[in-house]
Amino acid sequence: MLSLLHITSDMRTHIFLMSLLFAVFGCAAPDRPITVRGSDTMVALGQKWAEIYMHKFPSQTVQVNGGGSGTGIAALINRTADICQSSRPMKARERKKIQEKFGREVIEIPVAKDGIVIYVHKDNPISKISIPQLCKIYTGQIQNWKELGGEDRRIIVYGRENSSGTYEFFKKEVLKGADFADHVQTLPGTAAVVNAVSKDLYSIGYGGNAYSQGVRILPVSRTDTSQAIEANELSITMGEYPISRNLYFYLAKVPNDGIQHFIDWVLSDEAQAIVAEQGYFPIKKTALQSAGVKTAF
Amino acid sequence: MDTYTKTAHLLRAEWLDRIMRVLIVAVASVALSIIFLIFIFTFKEAKDVFFDADTRHEVLPTLFSTTWQPVSDNPKYGIVPLLIGTLKTTLIAMVIAVPIGVLAALYTSCFAPAWLREVIKPAAEVLAGFPSVVIGFFALFVLADVLQALTHAEVRLNALVGGVAISLTAIPIIFTISEDALSAVPKSIQEASYGLGATRWETAFYITLPAAYPGIFAASLLGFGRAIGETLIVLMATGNAPISSWTLTDSVRTLTATIGAEMAEVVFGDPHYSVLFLISTVLFLSAFILNSVAEFYIKARLMKKFKGE
Repeated sequence: MLSLLHITSDMRTHIFLMSLLFAVFGCAAPDRPITVRGSDTMVALGQKWAEIYMHKFPSQTVQVNGGGSGTGIAALINRTADICQSSRPMKARERKKIQEKFGREVIEIPVAKDGIVIYVHKDNPISKISIPQLCKIYTGQIQNWKELGGEDRRIIVYGRENSSGTYEFFKKEVLKGADFADHVQTLPGTAAVVNAVSKDLYSIGYGGNAYSQGVRILPVSRTDTSQAIEANELSITMGEYPISRNLYFYLAKVPNDGIQHFIDWVLSDEAQAIVAEQGYFPIKKTALQSAGVKTAF
Repeated sequence: MDTYTKTAHLLRAEWLDRIMRVLIVAVASVALSIIFLIFIFTFKEAKDVFFDADTRHEVLPTLFSTTWQPVSDNPKYGIVPLLIGTLKTTLIAMVIAVPIGVLAALYTSCFAPAWLREVIKPAAEVLAGFPSVVIGFFALFVLADVLQALTHAEVRLNALVGGVAISLTAIPIIFTISEDALSAVPKSIQEASYGLGATRWETAFYITLPAAYPGIFAASLLGFGRAIGETLIVLMATGNAPISSWTLTDSVRTLTATIGAEMAEVVFGDPHYSVLFLISTVLFLSAFILNSVAEFYIKARLMKKFKGE
């Protein structure tokens, strides 16, 4: 993972000079807080990391805010955040912006895996769903539960706002880039989608696995004929579950010691075990094993 | 000696007057110019839609279509469903809020005992300052269920829920300003009406209410301004689906909710960004035009009518 943060000798001089400056002027002042912004999907995870990290290393302060992956990337570009949490890979246009402004490639660090799950009301008789079916539901070609073997009722379709990483991922992976139908209702946040689905017997929604109380999660199959797969740690970390994605940290600048320390900790087994507790999935195999054992926390 | 001090005194008073006048003019013009600058800023960010060739090429062909899909390989910026959405929720809100607000004001000003009035008025003013996010939450969790049970709507989050919730914010404004207008009607007019043998109801409906029309009109206008600009409530309670339909129980996406939901994410200078500012300009202009028409035309006519000219 450290190879991603490759440091050239030129930069090394810079960093040396910077640390010298800090050594001279910065000793009395406490460490500047590390600001983390971005994905609403990741905000709970980020805050949990920050909480435990600050508990372990009391001299460090980490501030975590949401707002959407796009907002976080904008904050990174405007230098109002040190780390951007993003639930989608950065777009070419955004990478170019960073390249122009900071004169270097953005640093991309996958920190966790997430499965996008499909919610229905807990009393809905449907037992599984396929990617082609989902595509038809969300593009408006299927509008009635009858076509999926359910009751003769209109499907109430919930999704996320187009500012969310979840929206873009779903659009790319499930709709294969096609547009959502006009009647897809968009709600701010996975929690809002879950709440809406839990109150509506004939509805369907998608969102992160982290918030899934009060609704039922459908197993998803890649094609109409293949086997439907439950979203769980093994299927998502192994990539068997059809709609899973990486969650990222993005940095525009070479991290200073404090930020580097935080990132190293986030990738440690200890922090990756927290990932599992928050309903996401660890990025590393070793972390996966130790998460199964349920460590210290 | 006496005359000398007096002149000095007067002179000082005159100077103080002048300074105060300059100060007040300065403060007033700051307020005005801020509004003006906001407009300039909004339009500046929106102008690419018309003046930048690339943006124009991408936006204009679909601007008046009925499909709003700005995040797409082939983006479509049809603002028609958004306009319909805003009109729908605002009209629902006004249809509910104006009668309730005005009639409540009429009751409070003409019928309620003095002690009750002392309770209702401040209570309504507190309500007027109620955070809309709380009302949005209430609409999402409670109102939506109640209205679905009543209307048997297929879609739980719809224009009606949004409209009713917005009316909750507009009613206190309309109420409190109408009440002021009604209470400002001279007592002598009402007493003359009683003197001619009119009952309390007749006096309230045929004398006091018409005499307060200009004030009630202004109240409704302010309520309308609040309703059309409301963002959070519609974002939370209407489902935000950009459908072009006039059915009250369909989900809607309003102009304000679109800005609220999408502005945070757009890439600076993108066509999508310019279109969102164009939407702001549309909102700004419609509020401005409506207010001007009301202020200069309708109010003048009403005033003329009541002065018996």
